[in-house]
Amino acid sequence: MTGKVITITSGKGGVGKTTATANLGAALADLGHKVVCIDADIGLRNLDVVLGLENRIVYDLVDIVEGRCRLRQAMIRDKRLPELFLIPAAQTRDKSAISPSDMVTLADDLRTEFDFILLDSPAGIERGFRNAIAPADIVLVLTNPEVSAVRDADRIIGLIEAEEKGPARLIINRIKPEMVRRGDMLGVDDILELLAVQLIGLVPDDENVLLSTNRGLPIVLDGKSKAGQAFRNIARRVMGEEVPFIHFDETGGFFSRITRLIRPGGN
Amino acid sequence: MPGMLDRLFGRDRKSAHLAKERLKLVLVHDRTDISPGVMELMKDDLIAAISRHIDIDASDVRIEMTDEGRVQRLIADIPLRPSRRRS
Ligand SMILES: Nc1ncnc2c1ncn2[C@@H]1O[C@H](COP(=O)(O)OP(=O)(O)OP(=O)(O)O)[C@@H](O)[C@H]1O
Ligand SMILES: [Mg+2]
Repeated sequence: MTGKVITITSGKGGVGKTTATANLGAALADLGHKVVCIDADIGLRNLDVVLGLENRIVYDLVDIVEGRCRLRQAMIRDKRLPELFLIPAAQTRDKSAISPSDMVTLADDLRTEFDFILLDSPAGIERGFRNAIAPADIVLVLTNPEVSAVRDADRIIGLIEAEEKGPARLIINRIKPEMVRRGDMLGVDDILELLAVQLIGLVPDDENVLLSTNRGLPIVLDGKSKAGQAFRNIARRVMGEEVPFIHFDETGGFFSRITRLIRPGGN
Repeated sequence: MPGMLDRLFGRDRKSAHLAKERLKLVLVHDRTDISPGVMELMKDDLIAAISRHIDIDASDVRIEMTDEGRVQRLIADIPLRPSRRRS
């Protein structure tokens, strides 16, 4: 078995990387794949709480790399989704505790056992980002429909290409269809035209995300939530399925228009 | 100064439209690392270089950046003066 390494990253912080990693991990595991999520945001550990596994941490990523524990000992198995595992970040260290080649070695070890290795990257363009993309087969870039998040996404997409990890694939998170309709939020087509990148997911702003994070239960397990549905669709696209994009019409209802998979920039 | 902004952008333009237009310009400069000041310098150099060979209308020369996907292109538009007969 050779697993795929998927890195979830962004330029700007707080756009939803950790939420996306937890939910894609849960969705892929729910679809029957063996998945490990790695929190690469060393010093700002969060994936554990979003997945509701914070009480079970003994060892972390830096312990593995520095040889204080075996790989297996640092992996926490999710009781609700037995195919889902977490390797938590160290909380009291910083990004320099790990190098890009450490990440490549770790990912190669995990590839033999898992179908998918998901890496939750820290925001920004520094060491933490380099660590997170080093072993990536696929890089997913998160953005929000907002000027500074889109600008920073463009920077990150450029860096991913420069590192020959491209083409990056874009997830636009926290879309508010009502505001898009009023002309007060950048639309999907606007963002794709600006960034000239391949789209892999559209996620609406959904207050259930906060509720499920409060509970430590991935939202993909909530069958009714729109954001959960969106993350499940992304998981299927990651697996190579062609799932049509449904998004918001200028005039029509929620999720009423089907868009093209690729929008190669220009006008 | 909302009055000035209204005049600049047109009163009824939606904010998303403004966001997109502003982003377009910002991204071009982020991607190429060429500032508007450098663009002006290049334009002056270009005018000087071409004027040495042919007669151009320097006041109407425009150079701008366009994009094709993620590839940036520098476009120069240089109007020529009608060739004058030698007297
Ligand atoms: N689709 C959504 N709808 C509503 N809220 C969301 C959505 N996605 C994320 N959020 C909220 O946005 C906040 C930031 O999310 P998250 O922690 O996943 O971002 P991040 O990119 O990992 O941040 P950081 O850069 O700090 O690591 C959280 O409070 C989360 O609940
Ligand atoms: Mg995070």
